[in-house]
Amino acid sequence: MCCQCNGPQSDLSLLENVLTEYANVPGSLIAILQKAQDIYGYLPKDVMYHIAQRIGTSPAEVVGVATFYSQFRLTPIGKYLIMACQGTACHVNGSKRVGEAVAKYLEIENGETTADGLFTLENVACLGCCSLAPVIMINGEAYGNLTPESAIAIIKDIQAKEAQA
Amino acid sequence: MRIVIGEGSCGVAAGASKVRSAIEALMNDNESFTLGSTGCIGMCFLEPIVDLYDDEKNLINRLVRVSPDDAAAIIETARTGDFSHVEKLVISDEDEEFLTKQTRIALRHCGLIDPTSLEDYCNADGYEALKKVLTSMTPEEVIEEIKVSGLAGRGGAGFPTWFKWNAARQSAGENKYLICNADEGDPGAFMDRAVIESDPHTLIEGMLIGAYAIGACEMIVYVRAEYPLAIVHLEEAIRQAREANLLGKNILGTDFSCDMRIKAGAGAFVCGEETALIESLEGKRGMPRLKPPFPAQKGYMDAPSNINNVETFANVSWIINNGGAAFAAMGTENSKGTKVFALTGKIRKGGLVEIPMGKTLRDVIYGIGGGIRDGKQFKAVQMGGPSGGCIPAELLDTVIDYKALGATGAIMGPGGMVVMDESTCMVGMAKFFLDFTALESCGKCTHCRIGTKRMQEILTRIVEGEGKEGDIELLEELCIAVKDGALCGLGQTAPNPVLTTIRYFRDEYVAHIVDKKCPTKECPALRTYYIDADKCKGCTLCARNCPAKAISGAVKNPHVIDPSLCIRCDQCRKACKFDAIYMD
Repeated sequence: MCCQCNGPQSDLSLLENVLTEYANVPGSLIAILQKAQDIYGYLPKDVMYHIAQRIGTSPAEVVGVATFYSQFRLTPIGKYLIMACQGTACHVNGSKRVGEAVAKYLEIENGETTADGLFTLENVACLGCCSLAPVIMINGEAYGNLTPESAIAIIKDIQAKEAQA
Repeated sequence: MRIVIGEGSCGVAAGASKVRSAIEALMNDNESFTLGSTGCIGMCFLEPIVDLYDDEKNLINRLVRVSPDDAAAIIETARTGDFSHVEKLVISDEDEEFLTKQTRIALRHCGLIDPTSLEDYCNADGYEALKKVLTSMTPEEVIEEIKVSGLAGRGGAGFPTWFKWNAARQSAGENKYLICNADEGDPGAFMDRAVIESDPHTLIEGMLIGAYAIGACEMIVYVRAEYPLAIVHLEEAIRQAREANLLGKNILGTDFSCDMRIKAGAGAFVCGEETALIESLEGKRGMPRLKPPFPAQKGYMDAPSNINNVETFANVSWIINNGGAAFAAMGTENSKGTKVFALTGKIRKGGLVEIPMGKTLRDVIYGIGGGIRDGKQFKAVQMGGPSGGCIPAELLDTVIDYKALGATGAIMGPGGMVVMDESTCMVGMAKFFLDFTALESCGKCTHCRIGTKRMQEILTRIVEGEGKEGDIELLEELCIAVKDGALCGLGQTAPNPVLTTIRYFRDEYVAHIVDKKCPTKECPALRTYYIDADKCKGCTLCARNCPAKAISGAVKNPHVIDPSLCIRCDQCRKACKFDAIYMD
């Protein structure tokens, strides 16, 4: 089934093993979407349509699930995913200022990716490292006790490393 | 000697991996000591933590706030047995009280065993309770023991656990499911994360006992995706349990067969609600169902299901080993046993605190947490996350008990306890929580979907200086409407932060709405910046730092801020070396 979206065509064969394992297991749509996102980095439209066809449901059903859960991304992300924790403990300890400083420095808003494709910024509800508030996590590595200045310094470090590579 | 590094998520975030690398880099091939790992002991304010054990597994010294630079000293101590090298790292007597004042049942193994070692767990009486249950107790006797203990749901609802197990047991059906709610969606709560990361077998054992009691042969743990380390440790523990015939067919050679799988959440706060969780397990949008029917009658795949929180299960094997009466001996008349709290915010000593019900909030915040940081004043403690409320200073002696806490307008909740000081704007906190719940509302119920959005809009107007007379009354009216019209706990409790802040901090609302002032100066839109002409040296630093070009003045002359251009970013005040800029 072609979704006729005129978007980039994904290599659907990459998903074959996952679909073989899960297509006939009831209730496994979320698991399939999670594995698809691991493979493609996000959920392209044609991939979602393909999943719908293979598990025997409507594209609306699949997209409905994909848009319900915050883990699923419908657009590609940058090389570094910056998750800025805006949970209660972080909020009380000034996480809003840290998030705003990072957004301002990178010139992107929450949910956006920098033009060079390096960084995506996402405000998240809680990373569970509350005693080190405010916390950001970059590609799974947590940085705590931040100030706006120290957060920007961490990003500058990454930029310097990328420039050298 | 054995060097054990605390490598739970908090430890790693504080730098424990770097400490490990530094120690490993200095180790030779044939050292007399060994290097091990443990989970989260819950003394987050002291991480990274390195424990030194003797060969009889006794703890000799606990080293705290360890940095990679301390590796050489630690290795020297481990090689020579001379502790003078690490003297300055040893935990102080005062800080040790953080642990010794606690009563740990759910957290009894956390930070003390290697979470990836089944042997460690078994040496700590692991799986003795399961053996006792499978060889000498009927399911009805297990339920009776839980009834005697008074164990109530630790996820926040506080519903008697024995009742839910019994209801699932009584339901007709071949396939029954035991489900663990490890979604832990409350921002500021990480009790369950600590248990799964640091003591996964306690969860498996507790769940197996529950599965035996209700007659389930399949167990599912729904863990939020944001806890990758917990998932890794639990997967390993499941694999070990299967290998040891503790999971799967004919467990420990008995007739009881039961297996376990993990289902990762995908980021939805509402999936902490049990029926939404079930929808999510079934691969659908996590939208709650009407109750009745209750999950005990019609749950996962329409089969009888029992859902309990991680902490609830973590108490089960202790209760079986020590008896329900021993658990019930702790606590108050209607809240038995202990409760784990995640103490965070403006607290001096933040971390995990487990204490018997019946202690007071003051016992936790001051007695164990050491009070407020930086010499500031306590203002409120938020309990129960977005479903809870802010409890003010005059209620610090409230007893930790489901009823007593409910009477304040807050709730016990799953355990998040965020402490606030005089600099926290309570109207801002209400807005913070509504930003969260309005976003997380699943959308099914009109009152919740639209009501939370409207409350969020009103609170946003108020903190931006556009509050109107009648806003407080309008908020109160909306709160009642949302509570009444919502199908599930998310909508029913979303108004709580607003109701409690209006109840205890009404004057702050009035200041925002009528005076257009934020008493704590936290709300940027309600701040006005001034330059004190007497202190200003005319150095122009502020003007050069101002992104809005709102400051004018000649060199060496007092400068002036134009309030109509000022965006209240605070850069000028931070830049000024003469303390000449202030907010009002």
